[in-house]
Amino acid sequence: MYDPVIGELVEELGRFPGVGPKSAQRIAYWVLDADAEEIEQLAKVLVEVKRRVKFCKVCGNVADDDLCRICRDENRDPTMICVVEESKDVIAIERTREFAGRYHVLGGAISPIDGIGPDDLRIHELLPRLADGQVREVIIATDPNLEGEATATYLTRLLADFDLEVTRPASGLPVGGDLEYADEVTLGRAMAARRSSAGKAGVE
Amino acid sequence: MWVSQLELVNFRSYEKLAIELSPQNIALVGHNGRGKTNLVEAIGFAATHSSHRVANSTALIRKGSDQSVIRLRTVNPDGSGAMLELEINEGRPNRVRVNRNQLPRLRDALGQLRCVVFAPEDLRLIKGDPSDRRRFTDDIMVQVAPRYAGVRAEYDKVVRQRNTLLRSGRADQSALDVWDEQLVRIGSELAWGRRNAWRRLDEHVTAMYDVISAESGSASALYRSVAQGAASLEEVASRMTEELARRRREELARGITLVGPHRDDVDFQLDGHPARSYASHGESWSLALAVKLASFRVLADLAGDPPVLILDDVFAELDEQRRQQLLESISDADQVIATAAVRSDIPEGFASRWITIDRADERSAVTYDDGQGV
Repeated sequence: MYDPVIGELVEELGRFPGVGPKSAQRIAYWVLDADAEEIEQLAKVLVEVKRRVKFCKVCGNVADDDLCRICRDENRDPTMICVVEESKDVIAIERTREFAGRYHVLGGAISPIDGIGPDDLRIHELLPRLADGQVREVIIATDPNLEGEATATYLTRLLADFDLEVTRPASGLPVGGDLEYADEVTLGRAMAARRSSAGKAGVE
Repeated sequence: MWVSQLELVNFRSYEKLAIELSPQNIALVGHNGRGKTNLVEAIGFAATHSSHRVANSTALIRKGSDQSVIRLRTVNPDGSGAMLELEINEGRPNRVRVNRNQLPRLRDALGQLRCVVFAPEDLRLIKGDPSDRRRFTDDIMVQVAPRYAGVRAEYDKVVRQRNTLLRSGRADQSALDVWDEQLVRIGSELAWGRRNAWRRLDEHVTAMYDVISAESGSASALYRSVAQGAASLEEVASRMTEELARRRREELARGITLVGPHRDDVDFQLDGHPARSYASHGESWSLALAVKLASFRVLADLAGDPPVLILDDVFAELDEQRRQQLLESISDADQVIATAAVRSDIPEGFASRWITIDRADERSAVTYDDGQGV
């Protein structure tokens, strides 16, 4: 169907996450149309990123040095660690600007079907970080799916012997969404974990 | 609830078929092999997204086509209703539209059409595998409380993960503990949901069997599970935990999860004897019908509005007295669709519309008669 060279490009592009055959073809033809310089720049960045980016020795987040940006930052609260599955989860939480502590990236979740057990995750690296008693709270922010729950269960059991607070983010209704479109599980959980609306404000 | 229009495109033997249905009762008459059961199957599929005859929906697509469409209009007693459109695709996921809007997931459309079908294949409920009875139970449970569709899907995943772990040779104490906790958390909820479904169904099974059976025996249903006899969800969970501890060695040896609702069954009994081995063919048939009618009763009570009831080839098996008793017990239905090979198999005074199907090929010949028949 394609010239062999183009076919190879389409095939390579099709391996990107979220890129199907149609998109791969579109990108391939965009590459053909683009200036040679532009493409050389792109290729350079790709190679560079792969060569230069490392993983933080402390938390496992992506880093351009031995330590990541967050672990280097002395203004971050050292008493809190938020445990996540992937580096991209760090970015998601950073966007909220609600969390000033530090992170620990596990590199996945427990899933026997995918051959991933606790030993394949960066759990051994977490324990020394808790040893000196400085950390007061560990927030386990794994994905709210089966594998994420299993990982959270494992960590909760493991951390039970430490003198610190272990928490999980609340789950519930998405803000700005419609109640009627929430799926049954989310809505069910949100109803079960409801809280008093009287709260602190304005009740005499 | 009733169905006012049904349109099929490339479904089973039909290239194109459109029929107009009326509220109240419909008699669908046609000789065997004319496609009556295909109609029944189409309505049932639109309600449950599964067929009572085949496991894989692509078998429903007409030969030579790669897509079949079921389109029907539902009407509620208050006059509201919806246009429900199901696309069965070969090689692609099936899709559903409600009032021309495509829904993100197929199961979001469950509940748009509430329908109970009884067909000869339902004998499986009595004589078939435990999985047939679990599937029936889950269908009712999901209709009673839709969030159980998610619980069941999640539970299947836990069992797969845990079985893989048990076989992996890496199943040490702490790794197993994690999956035990997930199994108990989700499994206890599933078992409790099924237990509650059977608490609603059981008394109706007994009552409906009395209505339709010519024999004198008394029928009952017993849900066999870790939840059996438990008084609360917490008790189910703690029993599962104990049972898992007790059988851990056996599970490791066999590499399979032995505790949990994926191994549940329902015991149907006649006069205290297990129906599966003890009941005659006639008794089994009556019992299967009673179970389906019980589910009709439960769903009717629950919504305050009875589901559509489809009886495929039922009346031919019943004598006049039991026909009348049956009709009396379902007289609150908005719409009953009954099929028969010949007119005389439909009880007198039952139908407000007779639909005769003469051919099962590309263009089925359909004739209507709104009189009381011959």
